[in-house]
Amino acid sequence: MTIFRRSETIIAVILLVAMVLIGLINPAFWSLDNIFGLLRSNVIIGIMALGVLVVMISGGIDVSFTAFAVAAMYLTVKGMLYFGYEGVLLPFVVATLIGLALGAFNAFFIHTFRMIPLIVTLGTGSVVRGLLLGLVGTSIVNIDKMPPQLINFAKVNLVNSTSATGTNFGLTAMILIYLGLALVTHLFLRYTMIGRSIFAYGGAPEAAKRVGFDTRKTLLFVYCFAGALAGFAGLLQGSMIWQANPRDFAGFELDVIAAVVLGGASIFGGRGSVIGTLLGVFMLVMVKNSLIIMKVDTTWQRVVVGVIIVGATALTAWRDRKKLV
Amino acid sequence: MSDSSIAKRILGQDRNILQLIAITILVFALMSWLNPDKFLRYYNFESITYIMPELGILAIAMMIAMLTGGIDLSVVGIANLAGILAGVFFHSVIVGTDQSTGMILLYTGLGILMALGIGLLAGLLNGFLISKLRITPILATLGTGQIFTGLAVVLTGGPAITGFPDGWNFIGNGKIIGVATPFVLFVIVAGAVAVLLTRTTFGVNLMLIGTNPKAAVFAGLRKDRMILYSYMLTGLLAAVAGVILSGRTNAAKSDYGASYLLQAVLIAVLGGTNPAGGKGRVLGVSIALIALMLLSSGFQILRFSNHLIDFIWGGFLLIVIALNAFRNTDR
Amino acid sequence: MQDASVSLMFAGLHRSGESMSENLLELKNVSKRFGGLVALDNVSLVLKPGEIHCLAGENGSGKSTIIKIMSGVYTPTDGEILIDGKPLTGFTPAQSVQQGIQVIYQDFSLFGNLTVAENLALNTLLLEGKKSVSWKRIRDLATKALARLGVTMDLDADVESLPTSGKQIVAIARAMMGDARLIIMDEPTTALTRPEVDALFRIVRDIQAQGIAVLFVSHKMREMLEISERLTVLRNGKKVAEGPISDFNEAAITRAMTGHDLTDQTYEWKPAAAIDQPRLDVKQLNIPGALENIDLTLHAGEIVGLSGLIGSGRTELALALFGMNPKYTGSVMIDGKKVHPKSVQEAIESGLAYVPEDRLTEGLFLTQSIERNMLATSFENFVSGIFIDRKKADAATKAMFGAMQIAAPGPQTPVNHLSGGNQQRVVLARWLLTGARVLILNGPTVGVDVGSKAQIHRKIRELATQNGLAVLMISDDVPELVQNCNRVIVMHRGRFVDEVSADTLNEDALNDRLKALK
Repeated sequence: MTIFRRSETIIAVILLVAMVLIGLINPAFWSLDNIFGLLRSNVIIGIMALGVLVVMISGGIDVSFTAFAVAAMYLTVKGMLYFGYEGVLLPFVVATLIGLALGAFNAFFIHTFRMIPLIVTLGTGSVVRGLLLGLVGTSIVNIDKMPPQLINFAKVNLVNSTSATGTNFGLTAMILIYLGLALVTHLFLRYTMIGRSIFAYGGAPEAAKRVGFDTRKTLLFVYCFAGALAGFAGLLQGSMIWQANPRDFAGFELDVIAAVVLGGASIFGGRGSVIGTLLGVFMLVMVKNSLIIMKVDTTWQRVVVGVIIVGATALTAWRDRKKLV
Repeated sequence: MSDSSIAKRILGQDRNILQLIAITILVFALMSWLNPDKFLRYYNFESITYIMPELGILAIAMMIAMLTGGIDLSVVGIANLAGILAGVFFHSVIVGTDQSTGMILLYTGLGILMALGIGLLAGLLNGFLISKLRITPILATLGTGQIFTGLAVVLTGGPAITGFPDGWNFIGNGKIIGVATPFVLFVIVAGAVAVLLTRTTFGVNLMLIGTNPKAAVFAGLRKDRMILYSYMLTGLLAAVAGVILSGRTNAAKSDYGASYLLQAVLIAVLGGTNPAGGKGRVLGVSIALIALMLLSSGFQILRFSNHLIDFIWGGFLLIVIALNAFRNTDR
Repeated sequence: MQDASVSLMFAGLHRSGESMSENLLELKNVSKRFGGLVALDNVSLVLKPGEIHCLAGENGSGKSTIIKIMSGVYTPTDGEILIDGKPLTGFTPAQSVQQGIQVIYQDFSLFGNLTVAENLALNTLLLEGKKSVSWKRIRDLATKALARLGVTMDLDADVESLPTSGKQIVAIARAMMGDARLIIMDEPTTALTRPEVDALFRIVRDIQAQGIAVLFVSHKMREMLEISERLTVLRNGKKVAEGPISDFNEAAITRAMTGHDLTDQTYEWKPAAAIDQPRLDVKQLNIPGALENIDLTLHAGEIVGLSGLIGSGRTELALALFGMNPKYTGSVMIDGKKVHPKSVQEAIESGLAYVPEDRLTEGLFLTQSIERNMLATSFENFVSGIFIDRKKADAATKAMFGAMQIAAPGPQTPVNHLSGGNQQRVVLARWLLTGARVLILNGPTVGVDVGSKAQIHRKIRELATQNGLAVLMISDDVPELVQNCNRVIVMHRGRFVDEVSADTLNEDALNDRLKALK
């Protein structure tokens, strides 16, 4: 079957090999504690990656979503504090909507002025971050002020256990939210017309228009989706780390894009899958986190991420070139 | 007649340049009107001539990458790495050795060579990845940008490197016949690049390759080599900017000038560079640079925070995109 | 002019004895203006159910405007659109599709990254206004669509992995889904080999048998004569001729399209009294799997045609000679000097020039000036020190601009402002400036309209006779080869299999030999 020749399979194999290697260097890799920690680290980057995946399938790129995430998180937390609101659901809805609205802004510029997404999103990201820091504030909302219900929500674990050293650890329930969103994204990309229109637009924008897709709607959807996921992930991040920092996520967009590229999505559009992205996210998080386990100085993290991006893209480029011959 | 033809040659048939000049005058008038006392002081313009060059050189570097339809997201990483490498070098040689002016000068020279060398090398890596391995420029330079910044972190361990020699300080803060050294360097770099792009086969080849890479191959242009050279030039210029930046602040840090990336892209695009390749002029980029420097210095005088200035730059980029889109539909 | 065409139209109606209401689609005195520009001027056109109609005209004659009006993309400035005899106002793309009008554009508008099945089914799903996707339904729809054309294909293959003809079949099958009553095909034969064209025509007749009308939009006369029943010719936005195909022959169509007769001389090469040395002498050139034992000798002033099906190795030979595939064995001599170019640059230095197949994507730098396009390859010759000597470069450009009779305001005009013919002259000029002695042309007039075509041919002959170039002309266009070459070589599966010499060279002879290839 073609499934065995698909890039997801290759990524999965590389991932397994990497896991075995890391496990050989330090068996502590396989400890439940470490695995649970890894999975936890997947959540935020993973949710954002789903949004970036959709953008990339449409043939675009987005570097503004981290700014949206921060804005959604900070504004929502500030709002909760201001109104003394104590629920959980509504804040997440609000954060998602903030992200969505900002995403609509991206779509508007990209569609109306036909400018390349990279440059538009560089601009919108800078606008949103600048406004947030310049008008709303630069102070961090710390654990003592952070709404406790958010923290409690993010503290929910699926499994609890105690490590050999006596510390408690568990598998965060947030991983379910991540996997749920991944499933929804997958179903939606595969089984809805708008999902297919994203693939069609990414493959041949002009043809998509001629066939009768409403490409404005497609683009609007794509960037709103990425914005909404980023907004949601932003507030979730605040809840999981117990603070709302308006300077959070600086440079994080590169990690997310790297994860999506690792997952086999094409920057030229039209190709990419949720499963690949899940694997790509896991691979990136695992390598980054395992540097400590492998006794590599953490200052090397960025170098490693960079090498992974270059390596993965070089591999894809090499694979695609062979295809052409 | 010769006058008008010279003017024509410089301005070209470029309506963009005229639009830019108009924007610049508008910004100038607006700022002078809002805050005549502080904005129109000599000191203000002098300080602009110190701050502007590093960004201007980065913007020109960005333009060169865009000429072939690429982009270089690693320029800030290269700039910082260059400054830090020189800083590390000074630390390792200057501490404990004699501090005679001759030696200092020698070390400064060696430091510059190292910084520029690493810039060339970084550009070579980018160019190799893009032209030989055929990685998309966005992804290639996204990755190498991480590598360069990461190496800078590894070299410093995080905090800023300080303690550059006096000669280094002169590059960032000195004066040559009453004009800021960085500004002199900027004029030299801008002039050299302008001549390189318009008067040499290399420059013309870049424009042609950017216009249609496939046709370039059939026309017998050495496409891969030219793209490689163009990224080397971009890297070299980024390193020059890094030297000026570390000279001006007398320090080098892995996360300096993070907002320069956006600003360099903005200035390049605003200056009439086509991000899809084939079009771009140093003159346009320089005027765009001046307009934006006036804008941000004016807002600084009005006590806007740096964050709000980031906002204004981003907003400016979006407005320019919109403006260009409207202008193109005119035709 | 107007009266004449109207009477012709009525004559046509009278002959078939049908009433007006049985017209599938009718354009009545339709005009389209863009600002001051008149793209279409008072054109009337009738399409009957199930007919094969051909719309002919040069580039810019208004063909694509008509397509866009029929598909509802453009609203006519004046005039009426009638479907089934009923006038429609505010005709939109959606309405056009509803009425069963489908356009197959030259680029097919397919999605390379999606499977054959999905490409086929998307239209129907969109038309039904579906929100969700059933993959079983997609397969069913696709199977049915292919069955209707009587072809089988791997439904799960990505469309980008198909050959051009395969893509075209998908595009046709897609267009026929729903209740297509009229299929408009824009230049459908451009990228097809002769056997593929035959296969296409079989499919088109099949479509017709199902009662669907086909409008061919083309400038290829032979094919029009072969397939269509009626013909409409446009020139400069006006209808200049119309009638059953039996009223036309190639000359009549050409005259209608261009407004003048074209000279139809063949090329005669008179070898110099004593032929001392060939310009190009290729001996036993081999590339495993691509070229086999190629022997080719070209003399100064010769124009030698190279014909064969796509994939016969013609382009491979050209690329090998031009340094883009240097991994060959055998010897290549230019003016008696042995060469083996390993790069395009080396090939150019040894006196070769290659005009690639696709002018727009491979030949020109569209937004750049004529000057830069002309000098692209030879800038290095105008360098003194490290700078380009502008005076020298200007002078050379001006001279070439004049010599090639390029119709443009000046050498600084961007080439995208030029017509196809003028653009091709710019490309030729580029190679003259390199001092080329052997010129390889690949499809020199593909996509060029009839008028410019003749001018380009004249120029090529001139280059051979006056500049002493040896020309190798690769082409699918049989009349072009017959008119311009003193001999034609037929290539098949990487080998030279046949040669038609000057005395026996005519279209039928060449066509027969091409048909014999399997």
